[in-house]
Amino acid sequence: MKSLEDLKKLRDQSLKNMQMRYQVGGTRIQVGMGTCGIAAGARPVLNKFVEEINEHELKNIVITQVGCMGECAFEPIVEIVDQDGTSSIYCKVTERMVNEIVEEHLVNHKRLDRYLLSSVKR
Amino acid sequence: MLERMQILMCGGTGCLSSHSKEIRTEFDKALSEMGLRDEVQLVMTGCFGLCEKGPVVIVYPDETFYSHVTVADIHEICEEHVLKGRPVERLIVKDPVDKQKVKNFGELKFYAKQKRIALRNCGNINPLDINEYIAKDGYLALGKCLTELKPLEVIDWMKRSGLRGRGGGGFPTGQKWEFASKSNDPVKYVICNADEGDPGAFMDRAVLEGDPHSVLEAMAICGYAIGAHQGYIYCRAEYPVAVERLNHAIGQAREYSLLGKNIFNSGFDFDIEVRLGAGAFVCGEETALMASIEGFRGMPRLKPPFPAVKGLWGHPTNVNNVETFANVPVVYLKGPDWFKAIGTAKSSGTKVFALGGKIANTGLLEVPMGTTLREVIFDIGGGIPNKRKFKAVQTGGPSGGCITEKSLDTPIDFDNLIALGSMMGSGGMIVMDEDNCMVDVARFYLDFTVDESCGKCTPCREGTRRMLDILNKICRGDGTLEDLDTLESLGNMVKDTSLCGLGQTAPNPVLSTLKHFREEYVAHVVDKICPAGVCPNLTNFVITDKCIGCTKCMKNCPVGAISGTVKQKHKIDLDKCIRCGACKKACPVNAISSKPEDWRAIVRG
Repeated sequence: MKSLEDLKKLRDQSLKNMQMRYQVGGTRIQVGMGTCGIAAGARPVLNKFVEEINEHELKNIVITQVGCMGECAFEPIVEIVDQDGTSSIYCKVTERMVNEIVEEHLVNHKRLDRYLLSSVKR
Repeated sequence: MLERMQILMCGGTGCLSSHSKEIRTEFDKALSEMGLRDEVQLVMTGCFGLCEKGPVVIVYPDETFYSHVTVADIHEICEEHVLKGRPVERLIVKDPVDKQKVKNFGELKFYAKQKRIALRNCGNINPLDINEYIAKDGYLALGKCLTELKPLEVIDWMKRSGLRGRGGGGFPTGQKWEFASKSNDPVKYVICNADEGDPGAFMDRAVLEGDPHSVLEAMAICGYAIGAHQGYIYCRAEYPVAVERLNHAIGQAREYSLLGKNIFNSGFDFDIEVRLGAGAFVCGEETALMASIEGFRGMPRLKPPFPAVKGLWGHPTNVNNVETFANVPVVYLKGPDWFKAIGTAKSSGTKVFALGGKIANTGLLEVPMGTTLREVIFDIGGGIPNKRKFKAVQTGGPSGGCITEKSLDTPIDFDNLIALGSMMGSGGMIVMDEDNCMVDVARFYLDFTVDESCGKCTPCREGTRRMLDILNKICRGDGTLEDLDTLESLGNMVKDTSLCGLGQTAPNPVLSTLKHFREEYVAHVVDKICPAGVCPNLTNFVITDKCIGCTKCMKNCPVGAISGTVKQKHKIDLDKCIRCGACKKACPVNAISSKPEDWRAIVRG
């Protein structure tokens, strides 16, 4: 390391790996990981979210897991709670859908109504 | 695969001794078995401060704070929390103040009133990974100093920050650096004093174990400021984890060219070596410390000449304590005015305290100067356990004194504590309740200094020994009122005539307890009783009506002095009793008392 610039570059890169520890507020993505969720494939979905969000370099997002939300037939269920508190519950989420949800919901801030639990159930 | 979870566990000495290393291994094993190992990062950090709750594990991103974790719990944490997202309720930490379960780390009252500068990274980063330190702006202060500031400006910033030495003396750091910089000698040294010796103080160890790079960075900044190219860290060999992590950190810093030749292309060279001490208390004194590094017996010498003029191997040397150094990078990152604004007018910044004794939250905490003792002990420390009454707090270790209830609202800073007859010292804080005998406490500290006196000067070598003899006599029950006067005049004499800080402060615990708790001394020598029920010759153990007749005390008595039948109140035969206190420890309902008000009626019939 020979310059301040090198140091700052390394700092920003290392901080990215530690972001999880310093997150306050922001958007929460909650993946239902009850037995039902796991059986329906919630784990690859969760990991896909981590991957996509990192790829898009999105900040201020916490990805966490929660227990069964009660609608076991519609698992994997992913709830996205936006900064303002609005909640969107996506159901029967697949890895392919994660890509779309990240791009539309999280990047463009447009809810994907057709994947929502409320529309699928109706 | 990218990680979706990070599990931080405390790797400080406290938690290591309660098996945090095994916990890490078990996490590794359990996660691998479940096929989750790639998704979770395991980080061994430095001390979190809440040692009472150790071993401590924090799970991110949800910040779940688990306390008293055992190896047997790991499988459940992995299966329930990591896999299924359900935190293990029974392990979640309870707030010691109101007994409420705390959802996450941020909600703990223990941390709410703290401001962490010296401990900013402890418990937060992996001390074995320089990248994590760099991520938290590590070495940025050094880079800034080397490329943007001249040495004189570096010293000027330090003076403006108002940082004072955290090892105990409270000497202004900027002024110390200025003295060392003024000498023209081409060879100068920077020494980090990591010979932490106060019983009950462990803040320096926490910094060295949890954030070793902050000390290395600060030493390099100091080296640049005063014109030194070599630094030594004098650490006691009793801190093996700290020594290991320091050496590891030095290796990494050299690899990244943050130590060595031509740092940041500035032409400035600086390197650091660790020197081990054998753990003598007197080696915390700077001249004794330097003698020890040079390979001689660790004994202090007369000052002046001060180390800034004639120090290690006769060259100008700057000695600062670990915690002082840990504050240094922040002064340059945030600016001296930011630092100066924290704390009180004459003592800026924060201070780390090691809270111990009769206190709910044993551990490390860092508060702005000017916080009151009451806030530290009751709000952060959680108060006295077992509904006991607060009696005194001893600050400054064997060199400090006792502070009583009436002074609890004093804002803590260097000058206020001295005015109270105690001192800041390195920041040890031992809380005592009604069950502590103050004569016994004074004897404990004096016993320590007698052991640790190097023997070079007579007042310290002989004077403290004679004082201890008198205290032993008082505790045995053979003391007289005259002894108290002798003790006081002898104490003042030792204080005034000793060569170094050890002897000059050794009588403090005795003098301050004599001042604040004279009636306890008088009870020992005149009434021949120990009001707290501690000194064996001056107390009796009796069983009160709280006894449930469980026979536990009977089984634990080594001399068979207790008689009684199941479910009936037992009795102690005071002629057979050797006053060892084993029964008191064994009693599940606190029915055994050694308090004079309980036994007097029985003994005197």
